[in-house]
Amino acid sequence: MHVVVLTRSTPDTAAKVEVGGNGSVTWGDAATVVNPWDEYALEEGILQAKNGGGKTTVIAVGPEMHNEALKHSLAMGLDEAARVWDDALEGTDSLAYATAAAAAIKKLGDVDLVIFGKESVDVGTDQHIYQTARKLGWTMLSYVSKILAVDYNSKTIKVERLLEQGKQIVTSKLPAVISVMKDINEPRYPSFIGIRKASKAVIPVWSLADLGVSLPPTQTRTLKFSNLPPREGQVEMIDGTPEEQAAKLVDRLLEEKVL
Amino acid sequence: MSAVYVWIEIFNGKVLPSSWEALGVGKTVAGKLGVPLTALVFGENAEAVAGEAAQYGADYMMVSADATMNGFRLEPYAALLSKLVSENQPKAVLAIGTTRGRELLAASAADTDSGLLTEVTSLDVQPDGAIQVVRPVYAGKIVSAAVGSAGGTQFLALRGRAFKANEPNAGAQAVMTVVAPALAEDAIATKIDGFEEEVGTVNLSDAAIIVSGGRAMANNPKEAPAGVTDAAVWKAQDGFENTLKPLAGVLGAAVGASRAAVDAGYIPYAHQVGQTGKTVTPDLYIACGISGAIQHQAGMRTSKVIVAINKDAEAPIFKLARYGLVGDLYKIVPALTAELKKRLGK
Repeated sequence: MHVVVLTRSTPDTAAKVEVGGNGSVTWGDAATVVNPWDEYALEEGILQAKNGGGKTTVIAVGPEMHNEALKHSLAMGLDEAARVWDDALEGTDSLAYATAAAAAIKKLGDVDLVIFGKESVDVGTDQHIYQTARKLGWTMLSYVSKILAVDYNSKTIKVERLLEQGKQIVTSKLPAVISVMKDINEPRYPSFIGIRKASKAVIPVWSLADLGVSLPPTQTRTLKFSNLPPREGQVEMIDGTPEEQAAKLVDRLLEEKVL
Repeated sequence: MSAVYVWIEIFNGKVLPSSWEALGVGKTVAGKLGVPLTALVFGENAEAVAGEAAQYGADYMMVSADATMNGFRLEPYAALLSKLVSENQPKAVLAIGTTRGRELLAASAADTDSGLLTEVTSLDVQPDGAIQVVRPVYAGKIVSAAVGSAGGTQFLALRGRAFKANEPNAGAQAVMTVVAPALAEDAIATKIDGFEEEVGTVNLSDAAIIVSGGRAMANNPKEAPAGVTDAAVWKAQDGFENTLKPLAGVLGAAVGASRAAVDAGYIPYAHQVGQTGKTVTPDLYIACGISGAIQHQAGMRTSKVIVAINKDAEAPIFKLARYGLVGDLYKIVPALTAELKKRLGK
């Protein structure tokens, strides 16, 4: 039994992300961290492998900065790590990501379960997750808040999913790709021994040739990044007793036509 | 025949009203590309919903009310959408980027090797037919401009509440075609065992007004009953229930929360607004006892009007707010609820 977790490095969520003078995205000297959602995916990978008596592999698709997320994963306790990168992946979109990620998972051969965090906070999307499942031709179960049962012999999985209108319980077949929510577990902190082991790990890099895959043509292009128009300095402070404050605020909100 | 497709989302036999926003955008895009607008309506009660789609601007409807399409499952939905896209090569496929909308469009774009842009907040059709969009990235801290390619089908998932729906035209007619499902039930791996609907709550993503509580919800002046293990948690939970919810009730608002409030166990995670919660775009966002950490701002900064209620006049939330009220939320919120009841005649 083999669980694969996909991860990536992202700027710390507390970082002030800006567009610099040359048009590129910067986050000053703020740290790069493992994508916050992925911590739940990594923890779930460890738990599922332990329950199923199997092993874990963590994969990142991207340039060298993503080694950081992979080392964090190893320090948490995942067994193996690999990074997929190739110059041909530079400037591509989620289709290319999904094609490469699916090929890497297939290269491992015996995978039962692939786990993603709910989304990537940097690019702000989850599309690459669903696209990876489709490129694999496997079941996709998104927004999983609880794994209720997994049977690696009969190849079935039962989960609870957190959707806009409530909780859904579904049963499906393995192999499957799941994306997990924050509710699912309490991610562990890397141990001291784990950190030492991870710091010495040499992470293999797989090229597209290693994976034996070619990319579909890129269909979307990012043209530029821009900073948001500032909202600062427009606040009107409303003073008085609570009742006076409430009355004045309601006046303003009625004028704004938002009630 | 080429067209612009818009997927209309159904939940429990009822249309998700934000689907009409997507249909409104679809009408504009179809007009600029000089092709008709087709509404795709799958699931329970699809024919009746398709009738409404005509009123909101669809020229054609493709409908499947087959039993396999009851309740959204990705496999039958993506298989059918991908089949329709492969056969008919539409210029674009649009949907509101709900959890289901994003998943469906991503899956079908992958199946057909098409481009997909999500969280679109504005768009424009270029002279060559390529659709250029603006979308927030880095959790809304910055925006990116991106463009699809006119050669293929361009998939676009739109941010809910970023666009206005057209007014319905009661007399409008459209041509309806029933389409056969692409997968039979025994070819679908996923079976729905149950659904536990959260009744009586307003969905954060759809809400026009959101009332949110933060860490200061624990400053409830009420005494926790004897025997309660954690008085702060009890006070905050009581505050959400008996102070914030009445305000939300009179406004028809959804209840949100900061990460601090969720992590402290004051309210379930489903209510979290911010970088690791939901991104929301209401007309009115009332932040009660929320300091406004950058992660929280990322989830709500595109709200039209922001009201901040906080004891600390230096809290960062006041830099973002349109209206600021310095004071105790446990005094201001009840006063606001009473005032609104009076003024709105409720």
